[in-house]
Amino acid sequence: MEAAVSLILVFMILGAVFAIHARDLLSAVISCGIVGYGLVICFLLLKAPDLAIVQIVVETISLVLMVAVVLDSTRQEPFTLPDKQGYVNIATAVLTAGVILYFLNLATGSMDAFGEGSLRMAEHYINGAAAKTGSANLVTGVVFDFRGYDTLGEATVLVTAVLGVITILRIRGKK
Amino acid sequence: MTLIVKKTTQLLAGIVFLYGIYVILHGHLTPGGGFAGGVIIAGSFILLILAFGSEFMNLTREETGTTLTENLAILAVLLIALAGMIVGARIFFDNWLPAGKVGELVSAGVIPLYNIFVGIEVAASILTIFLALVIFKEEITK
Repeated sequence: MEAAVSLILVFMILGAVFAIHARDLLSAVISCGIVGYGLVICFLLLKAPDLAIVQIVVETISLVLMVAVVLDSTRQEPFTLPDKQGYVNIATAVLTAGVILYFLNLATGSMDAFGEGSLRMAEHYINGAAAKTGSANLVTGVVFDFRGYDTLGEATVLVTAVLGVITILRIRGKK
Repeated sequence: MTLIVKKTTQLLAGIVFLYGIYVILHGHLTPGGGFAGGVIIAGSFILLILAFGSEFMNLTREETGTTLTENLAILAVLLIALAGMIVGARIFFDNWLPAGKVGELVSAGVIPLYNIFVGIEVAASILTIFLALVIFKEEITK
């Protein structure tokens, strides 16, 4: 399974790199879809169907939205050579990626092997959640009972996002 | 859109809507829940709007209805959470209804209620964003 997940991750990275370099914006959007749907297959392989359902539906709807936006505006990606500021940006990005890779390597050295071991807290959830909450689906039990505050925050973020979208896209009120 | 797309959407939208309701109601038994089911319900409306154009259902005139639904749903979630401070153990987000038998449709206390209202809220939010974009495009082309 580790090999399958690694293969899908390679495809996702290829799709993301192509999305940056594509001249046609429509093909860039479609190759962004590779990342999302690859993530869905990863979630299914790692036995997380709850996440996979949300991810596949959200990915489809956002892909439809982005394709509609690209078809309504331009499909050409403006390409310019980087100037002095641009080279500073590229150097900063490469440096940051190197630092993150170094510390990621350090951190993964002290972790358990892939797919083995679990946190003390996770074991507590797995053993006692169904009896305490009465919910057969452990994920829902954790999301709405043990971590209710977290879920309330998520729902509030969505409401705030909608308020922002309505405020920005209001032409009639501005006149 | 062409007749084929319209007819297929007519047949599919209802099934997609029902599946969203199923995912929400069985959120505490099978994979899924409020967030997943809400997005599926919003998807059925978006299918109809994409196939039949923005005049369909008179929803696109104003996004007031969906915004109101969304805000009332999040208010309901907050009120259920607050009710835990009045009934039962007096804790915010307390599961104050009896848990029932694990695995039955009516069980798990208030978790199905949270699922239902979060589902309504998510569906209305996604639909509002879509409608706001559609209305923006119509007004800018006028």
